[in-house]
Amino acid sequence: MNEYTMPVLFGVIVGVLTRLHMLKTDYRQYPTYLHGKIIHVALGFIAAGLGTVAVPSIMEEDFTAITFLTLAASQFRDVRNMERNTLTVLDDYELVPRGKTYIEGIAIAFESRNYLVIFTSLFTTFAYLVVNIYVALIVGVICYLISRKLMSGSRIKDLVEIEHAEIRFEGAGLYVDNIYIMNIGIPEKQKAILNYGMGFVLTPKNSNAKMTIANLGQRQAILHDVSTALGVFRDSGEPALVPLAKRDLDDGRLGVFVLPQERDVERAIRVIGEVPTLENAIRMPTEAKANRQGGVK
Amino acid sequence: MSALEKYILAIITTDQTKAAGGTAIFVCKTQEEMHFYARNLEAILDGIAHGIGDDMYVIVKH
Repeated sequence: MNEYTMPVLFGVIVGVLTRLHMLKTDYRQYPTYLHGKIIHVALGFIAAGLGTVAVPSIMEEDFTAITFLTLAASQFRDVRNMERNTLTVLDDYELVPRGKTYIEGIAIAFESRNYLVIFTSLFTTFAYLVVNIYVALIVGVICYLISRKLMSGSRIKDLVEIEHAEIRFEGAGLYVDNIYIMNIGIPEKQKAILNYGMGFVLTPKNSNAKMTIANLGQRQAILHDVSTALGVFRDSGEPALVPLAKRDLDDGRLGVFVLPQERDVERAIRVIGEVPTLENAIRMPTEAKANRQGGVK
Repeated sequence: MSALEKYILAIITTDQTKAAGGTAIFVCKTQEEMHFYARNLEAILDGIAHGIGDDMYVIVKH
């Protein structure tokens, strides 16, 4: 035991707790229960350790030790690769794939959460050493709140109005409201689709939302999440029964056609509303210089 | 995205004059026969049977 033992221990514990908090396994069941989690808790522990020991190193004027943080950066970049590779391989066997944009979003989140752990541990240890344990606790809570704020992005319901819409066939063409989805030729399949399918129309609230929901990855994420939460009426060798989202080119509305196992309109609307807005799909046309001058709202 | 994503696996029609070329063409006598072929070929080929008018189905791999 020396003067650094308790602060380091404290920093590591706070860091690991932060990681555990950010490692909620929700309806997506990812990371997988237990084994998948252990990997991330272990990495979170390493991140917490790296963040913590940086402080005593500076105090002992051992500045070369700080270069270890660069090691951390490359280490956690590998976390992103690992997550991306795993999810991409698994995606081939999903009835409704997540899509590359969603996967990239998850992988980025895993990487960035480790950095949040590093910062949390670093600041709490620093506070402990410079002031005392009580201030360190307060700093820990503040870091925890900031992490929580950072991990909760916006949701689809912030961008669009979601309405239930009838699905219908015009000849072989399937429509949600007036948005063309696809061509289904065989009458039996048409009947199945009318029986089991549900349609929703997502009306963007502004021009930024219009561009964001136009993103193919964002659309796939909606379909995947609805199919995960409500089940999907689909099987391999049935390519005709596929959830799809198409765009009304005139006004940017999105027609979402899904085949849920549980046909509950209210719940489906809630599920669509809770789909995360993917970081990589967000577009801000209103921020463009030319648009700001032109006064586009 | 790869260059070629969709291709026609088979054409089922009652009008022989409407289809020709390098793909498999099934010419049927009646609409019922055409439905029967379309249903089976869709299941066998893992494609989607798309209807073009009343007298033709194309099975497309997506």
